[in-house]
Amino acid sequence: MVKIEIDGKQVEAEPGSMIIEVADREGVHIPRFCYHRKLSIAANCRMCIVEVEKMGKPVPACATPVTDGMCVFTKSEKARASQKAVMEFLLINHPLDCPICDQGGECELQDVSLGFGQDISRFAEGKRAVKDKNLGPLVATDMTRCIHCTRCVRFGQEIAGVPELGLIGRGENTEIGMYIEHSMASELSGNIIDLCPVGALTSKPFRFAARAWELRAHASIAAHDCVGSNIYLHTRCSEIMRAVPNDNEAINETWISDRDRYSYQGFASDERVTRPLLRKEGKWQDADWQTAFQVTVDSLKKVIAEHGADQVGVILSPNATLEEHYLLQKLARALDCHNIDHRLRETDFSDQASLSQYPSLGMPITKLEKQDMIFLLGANIQHEQPLLGHRVRKASLQGANVTALSVMQHAYNFSLNSQQVVHPTAFVNALAAITKAAYQHANVQVPAHIAAVLETIDVDVTAQQIAEQLKDADKASIILGNTALYHPQAAYVRTLAHALAQQTGASVGTVSDGANSAGACLAGSLPHRGPAGITQNNTGLDTQAMFAAGLKAYVLFNVEPELDCANPGVASEAVAKADFVVAMNPYNAGILAQYGNVILPIVPVSETSGTFINIEGIWQHFAAATVAQGQARPGWKVLRVLGNLLEIEGFNYVSSQEVCDEIREIINTQNFTSADNEHMLVRLETASSETLWRITQWPIYRVDNVVRRAPALQAAASSGGPAAVHFNRHLADKLQLTDGDTAIVKQGDEQIRLKVAVNNAIPNHCALVPGGFSETANLLDSFAELTIVRS
Amino acid sequence: MALQQLSQTADLLSEASRAKIDMWLKKYPAEQQRSAVIPALHIVQEQNQGWLTTELLDAVADYLALPKIAVYEVANFYSMFELSPVGRHKICVCSSISCMLCDNESIMQHLEKRLGIKMDETTQDGKFTLKRVECLAACRNAPVLQIGHQYHENLTPEKIDAILDGLE
Ligand code: SF4
Ligand code: FES
Ligand code: FES
Repeated sequence: MVKIEIDGKQVEAEPGSMIIEVADREGVHIPRFCYHRKLSIAANCRMCIVEVEKMGKPVPACATPVTDGMCVFTKSEKARASQKAVMEFLLINHPLDCPICDQGGECELQDVSLGFGQDISRFAEGKRAVKDKNLGPLVATDMTRCIHCTRCVRFGQEIAGVPELGLIGRGENTEIGMYIEHSMASELSGNIIDLCPVGALTSKPFRFAARAWELRAHASIAAHDCVGSNIYLHTRCSEIMRAVPNDNEAINETWISDRDRYSYQGFASDERVTRPLLRKEGKWQDADWQTAFQVTVDSLKKVIAEHGADQVGVILSPNATLEEHYLLQKLARALDCHNIDHRLRETDFSDQASLSQYPSLGMPITKLEKQDMIFLLGANIQHEQPLLGHRVRKASLQGANVTALSVMQHAYNFSLNSQQVVHPTAFVNALAAITKAAYQHANVQVPAHIAAVLETIDVDVTAQQIAEQLKDADKASIILGNTALYHPQAAYVRTLAHALAQQTGASVGTVSDGANSAGACLAGSLPHRGPAGITQNNTGLDTQAMFAAGLKAYVLFNVEPELDCANPGVASEAVAKADFVVAMNPYNAGILAQYGNVILPIVPVSETSGTFINIEGIWQHFAAATVAQGQARPGWKVLRVLGNLLEIEGFNYVSSQEVCDEIREIINTQNFTSADNEHMLVRLETASSETLWRITQWPIYRVDNVVRRAPALQAAASSGGPAAVHFNRHLADKLQLTDGDTAIVKQGDEQIRLKVAVNNAIPNHCALVPGGFSETANLLDSFAELTIVRS
Repeated sequence: MALQQLSQTADLLSEASRAKIDMWLKKYPAEQQRSAVIPALHIVQEQNQGWLTTELLDAVADYLALPKIAVYEVANFYSMFELSPVGRHKICVCSSISCMLCDNESIMQHLEKRLGIKMDETTQDGKFTLKRVECLAACRNAPVLQIGHQYHENLTPEKIDAILDGLE
């Protein structure tokens, strides 16, 4: 530690830290534009100039390291004069028309010029003008306002890992741009809006829609992945105008993903239902809440009386709140219905009894970047959980070994040590080989529960290497992503991953679906476990079994079955054939609009209070940012009334907090085991990896009902749309198909027509058909055989 | 799902160019390929009649495993790199202070008159381009111009006629 003095105040500082960091910590304000604590130091704007005793010239505080005994003056005459001079220079080419600038009112340049600028510009000559750039549907540009701080450029290089913006030209002609224009591809691109200190980069959907001072900020939690990024929803009157990050170093630092930033557009979708709907004579009719509730209660009672409670299936979205999950499972179980689930895209539940109570990263989010080795198992982590992807990138930049095993090549923004891309039928075996290698390497007897699988496996060099690296790494983590969880042999994947981890000393992280899978599990939204993971005497059906069984009634909560579930064809058919389907949804669309009987309009997260539990197990409560639209109501209130009308005990909650407290109480009585138990695996009959298989990904902006309705995201470069069938050149040649052709894609008796996208990231004998699109909603299993023919 | 398409651009660079770039690459530590951007662009520009197409910039980026924008930035920054076609002979006339004091104005005028084009233009037949450049670092023999790798100093209109006559 060195001692320095800032404006007469004695402070201690880490040697080598910059003056500006120390000043920030001490609450001494130094103006700045190019400096940002999360970016490298560029020292190009010179706004942060301060006086340092015994240094001849004033120095930039952002690029001057502290030394012992240094005396810094941030407000001395010399410092002030320099800061004012810099300000004047910066304003020479900057338009002085804040009233027509979208950034006006929340502009760093405006603020700083108020403090350091002059009332009148001495510059009477012509100013330069710069042509705007088209960066795609998310970020708007007004490049004449750019002051060349290069924060956006450094963000692309350092944080996003997709360097797209650069400094083009020289001197007076310098411009920020891409040179060759294209839509920004980074899933974090919107952060440059917050970084840009002026109005050069602003939000395209929000542009000119409101002034900063008209907005009220409401702290909220982003609802699209298990990170639970902290955000502010900005409202004007009752309308959500935009979402911006709320700093939380432990979770999202200062960033949010584009998905979390622009999804608010979905709250205002035309498909929102704002009053209860009843189907009468095949047509939707508006109803009042009382009638809608009565029809629901009567119909459910009728099905239960005639066919039994096990003919009712209750399916919730993993994005529903903790309270909603709890109330609906409480209601169902009180009716003796145990078919409750929130696992929409998983298909293998054979090991569910031996899993830990809730999915977890196995470490705090901040620790992910400190790992020495990260083994991504079927995880397209950047798209699945963009901010976990960011942590992995940080680890990789610090030299961690990132290794991937997947069913297709993903375009990661970090470099991989090795990448194995295998046919889905070979996925388990590839992992088994690594697991076996780990046991062989340690010369340890293979545990009984996996012995049958490992017996027939051959260990190759790659497997040996990965096993050894996992063993040698001080801190290693195996991350199970979507493909691992959705895989038809997910139980094998989980069990082997745990066995591998146990042998090598690695940790296992299960990065689950949606915003609240952990909350759903702890609330008891599972067929075999109640709240706090307490095993139930009766085990109900899982999601896939509920649909496959063709039950008489379905209660769907925030789910669009044909877009959200693993087997959309079967789900749709079940919904179409059921006697009674009630959907508690914010939207009326798709298969439910076609076949539902009652729609109880619930609100999206912006209009309700609730709790999400993230992948680290952090409980994050949020309040409603705005009032419920029309007659739509928060899910927990709808369930409370439903519970009361069904005459179930204990549904008289007055707030969502009360529900949450009740769950806490149950949980406090439980002991939690975090590690998975040993699930007995039998020998695996592997299908041939020479037959054509479907692989499925839910593209980043197709994962849930809200993002699917955000037009800006749908137009973005990484939207994953329009729906197409992707396969590699090799298969394309064999099928005599090429980009843009139409192919007929068949699974079982279902067939659809899809555009062809030739994509060499897909391995041989595989075709990627994305989920979450109505175009692909008639197909069947996510990972299964399929056929493709020319149309 | 953006995907890394395998680069097929390397064959835009001639074998000779690639060999020369490789030589430069050897001079820098591994992983510091970025340092070779400037020599690589010179080499490739020479291969392509004195100018760089976007495809060639991309090819250089791929060859050096750099983000495209990193190469665009350099190519746009330095005036020695041409991003549109130039004449067979690029005549770079110094416009900086020493040359200015030694009447480079008349040199430019003479060139313009003789070739029938203005500075920063190219003759119809594609033979000559006139380019105004900054100090060529030969001030003591101002005025100065450069054609290819050749400097011509202490210029007079007569000298210029002789130079032009000597060019193919
Ligand atoms: S666009 Fe904004 S962030 Fe980028 S260099 Fe210009 S002022 Fe800085
Ligand atoms: S903030 Fe220090 S030079 Fe820009
Ligand atoms: S000024 Fe012309 S060569 Fe230096």
